[in-house]
Amino acid sequence: MTRAGRWIRRNLIMMFALLVLLYLFAPIIVVMLMSFNQPKSKLSYTFDGFTWENWQHPCRPFGLCDAVSTSLRIGLLATVIATALGTLMAFAMVRHRFRGRSGTNLFIFLPMATPEIVLGSSLLALFVSSGFGGQLGFWTVLIAHVMFCLSFVVVTVKARLTGMDSRLEQAAMDLYANEWQTFWRITFPLVFPGILAAALLSFSLSFDDFIITNLNAGTTVTFPMFVWGSAQRDIPPQINVVGTAMFLLALVLVLGGELTRRRRVR
Amino acid sequence: MSAVGQLGAATAAPPAKTERSGRRFTAYLLLLPGGLWLLLFFVVPLVSLLAASLYDPNGSIESGFKMTWHFQNFADAMSDYARPFGRSLWYSLITTVFCLVLGYPLAYAIAMKAGRWKNLMLALVIAPFFTSFLIRTLSWKLLLSDNGFVVDALKWLHILGPDGRLLATTAAVVTGLTYNFLPFMVLPLYASLERIDPRLIEAGGDLFAGPLTTFRTVTLPLSMPGVVAGTLLTFIPAAGDYINAQLLGTPKQRMIGNDIQRLFAAGAYPTAAALSVTLMAAIVVLVLFYVRRAGTEELV
Amino acid sequence: MTMPATSPTSPPRSGPETSPTPRSGDLVLTGISKDFGGQRAVDNLDLTVPEGAFFALLGPSGCGKTTTLRMVAGLEEPSAGRIRLGEREITRLRPYKRPVNTVFQNYALFPHLDIFENIAFGLKRRGVKDFKPKVDEMLDLVELGGYGKRRPGQLSGGQQQRVALARALINRPQVLLLDEPLGALDLKLRRQMQLELKRIQTEVGITFVHVTHDQEEAMTMADTIAVMNAGVIEQMGTPTELYDLPATTFVANFLGQSNLVRATIIGQADQNLVVDVHGRKVTVPLPRCRVTEGDVWMGVRPEKVFLARAGTEQSNGANQLRGAVVTDVSYVGVSTQYLARLPWDQELTVFEQNTGARDTFTVGDAVDLHWQPSHTFVLDAEQDARAGVEKVDDPGGAG
Repeated sequence: MTRAGRWIRRNLIMMFALLVLLYLFAPIIVVMLMSFNQPKSKLSYTFDGFTWENWQHPCRPFGLCDAVSTSLRIGLLATVIATALGTLMAFAMVRHRFRGRSGTNLFIFLPMATPEIVLGSSLLALFVSSGFGGQLGFWTVLIAHVMFCLSFVVVTVKARLTGMDSRLEQAAMDLYANEWQTFWRITFPLVFPGILAAALLSFSLSFDDFIITNLNAGTTVTFPMFVWGSAQRDIPPQINVVGTAMFLLALVLVLGGELTRRRRVR
Repeated sequence: MSAVGQLGAATAAPPAKTERSGRRFTAYLLLLPGGLWLLLFFVVPLVSLLAASLYDPNGSIESGFKMTWHFQNFADAMSDYARPFGRSLWYSLITTVFCLVLGYPLAYAIAMKAGRWKNLMLALVIAPFFTSFLIRTLSWKLLLSDNGFVVDALKWLHILGPDGRLLATTAAVVTGLTYNFLPFMVLPLYASLERIDPRLIEAGGDLFAGPLTTFRTVTLPLSMPGVVAGTLLTFIPAAGDYINAQLLGTPKQRMIGNDIQRLFAAGAYPTAAALSVTLMAAIVVLVLFYVRRAGTEELV
Repeated sequence: MTMPATSPTSPPRSGPETSPTPRSGDLVLTGISKDFGGQRAVDNLDLTVPEGAFFALLGPSGCGKTTTLRMVAGLEEPSAGRIRLGEREITRLRPYKRPVNTVFQNYALFPHLDIFENIAFGLKRRGVKDFKPKVDEMLDLVELGGYGKRRPGQLSGGQQQRVALARALINRPQVLLLDEPLGALDLKLRRQMQLELKRIQTEVGITFVHVTHDQEEAMTMADTIAVMNAGVIEQMGTPTELYDLPATTFVANFLGQSNLVRATIIGQADQNLVVDVHGRKVTVPLPRCRVTEGDVWMGVRPEKVFLARAGTEQSNGANQLRGAVVTDVSYVGVSTQYLARLPWDQELTVFEQNTGARDTFTVGDAVDLHWQPSHTFVLDAEQDARAGVEKVDDPGGAG
């Protein structure tokens, strides 16, 4: 086999992997490009002309920024609640022995494995049958978001906790730290990256959710709902501005986290 | 009150019978708020849904629904919507297979071949996830449009006929579905592959003929937990999706999610609920069958 | 290495309170037992560690030595029994209230703190204000001066071990517990650290309790060794006592090697017992016999046995076993190790030092074995002759 042939064979998998990554990124590139789009008419969704206007006036389309703000508020609130509750549950699952632990494990896993349409419609059924059918809005969406984020938080924090050597806490107590001090000085700093990852995951799941939100939002409009609505009518390019901004923000956070991790030793 | 604060309170008490009883009490306390939330807003709604599927279909939101144990709802729903139902399961199956075919090499490359770039590649897999998936799906609409370069390229390669189009076809819907659920396949696969001791693979290479056999007999079985987790996390949500079908397809590609959504929006709760329950049941059956065959129990 | 002459430690803030007690004292375990589920890991243990001693708890993995150590540290609660340090009962005290510190097997250094913070941890929790000079001094003592800003992940195994030691010692505990701290080090480094630990202990005068499965390590470092097996102490004493006169077959096999031969006591002559070994007579001084009648194990260490050409007469009152055949010869530089099969089909091990003045033998040679009666010991035949023997396929200890 030729040298080139051998090189290809060795790196075949990696090349294929890079192609898949390209596939993953293709739409993102489109989104970024389209954020600079100047559409010829309200109905066209092709790249017609380059403009900075969309970035200068992101809130021009009616309702866009309200929708973004609603999504942000729900996202932050849902993240705080889900992360707090989920972290407590993760500690219970990892650090304590109790009856029904594996059953609880399954119970927590179930929402992750249920189709969104079922989660959303069942919540709607609950709200309607308990008389809240006319009050769908911010709070019902929030309740739904916390519900499906919980499982993800538990799984993420659990993963971090199980990887933590419990002997570190024993060493701390051996060195005159009581339970409280041990938790704050040893356990919490070491589990914090997991909690942070869980919070980020939770926020992005909440911000991005459509199916469950759509069923339970009533007249409230979140950002994905706005996008959906505009997909039936005209698609303002500012949508892609928000999309690109979200992506860049996430990229900065992820890369920033990676850099700080590399600078300080694991 | 922090977890360990409670632990401290429990153990500072006069000598308990055993250390265990104190810790168990704390465990229940920790689980209480989250568990209650899930109970109220996950379990109870499912029960509600089950109940709603048995309501009298002649009610409405204004006039209220009467519970009449109307099992007929299921029969009616299935006779009307059998095709989209089957189609949904079929689409999610194809999607899962594609995700596996595309995702496994990617996960393998990151876990085994990426070295220093491992975390960067992982970040690249996760990053698109942070853009609204509706927007991304809309981008596919653009990418696959009739005058887009993808269609042009395929026409040039003679994969598509001169009149062929991608948008509004099954291919487009499946492409969108695969795209959206690929990270759900890649991440569990990666987690599973990463845990494999590389020396086992070396030993395989030492004992067996070639890399393909080693893969088949060593790597693949060891990564099964990841395969199972990934396929479940892909198949199940895909079966209930309707976004891709709506944005990238025509009513011919309609998935059951579309119908459930439409029926709920129109107020036909009993029928919509019946469909939802059937979908859930079908998934549970398929998953149990699959997990039993695959033989792994530990998923999370 | 010298320890600084610092003032006596002030009572820790979250540390021991109650009525004033003498600082010093022996560590006494009385009737200590520990059950895990249905398994009894430690069974009614009585142990006294004299103040200032270097004490080793020696035994194979699973014998309960680490559990015992953790009970002293407060990381496990005994199912029964009491632990006393001097005049103070510490059985139920939380670990942070005991004047006891531990050096863990995997060091357990806090990965998110630098070396300085790791070492200072105990002092800061106890409210010691001027910890900086103490920590710097300790760093210099373990020869890691200037490493204060580094993270544990950046250090080698040997360096991490020294940090773990410094982190514990800086608190001047009454008892320092070491849980197989040298296990992860390579041979040369281990030998070096063994000597250093011994030297530190002698200078500082703190009671060290060292848990290990390595009998050479225990014998090198400790003043007193307790050999543990299946939750009980088989024998306790100085290394010499244990090696020279083992109390059980387990100790005989676990420390070094022993030849154990089935025999019967048939009589007494002066201060010796006469023992019948498959038809041959062997004498054993009375103090070296654990039982004085009936079936026994007659034991003698391989290095105490000499080979002679068959038929050679021994004139110094030595015990003799004639009619053996050499079945294996291993030259290991310092010595030559022989296996000799005796007429009753048992192979005995003989270590002959290669002094150059002794005959050497080859496989098939007919030989007689002889040794001094004062090197013989007698044990109860009820005991398992295979107890404590290191398994061939178990590299990490006696299994």
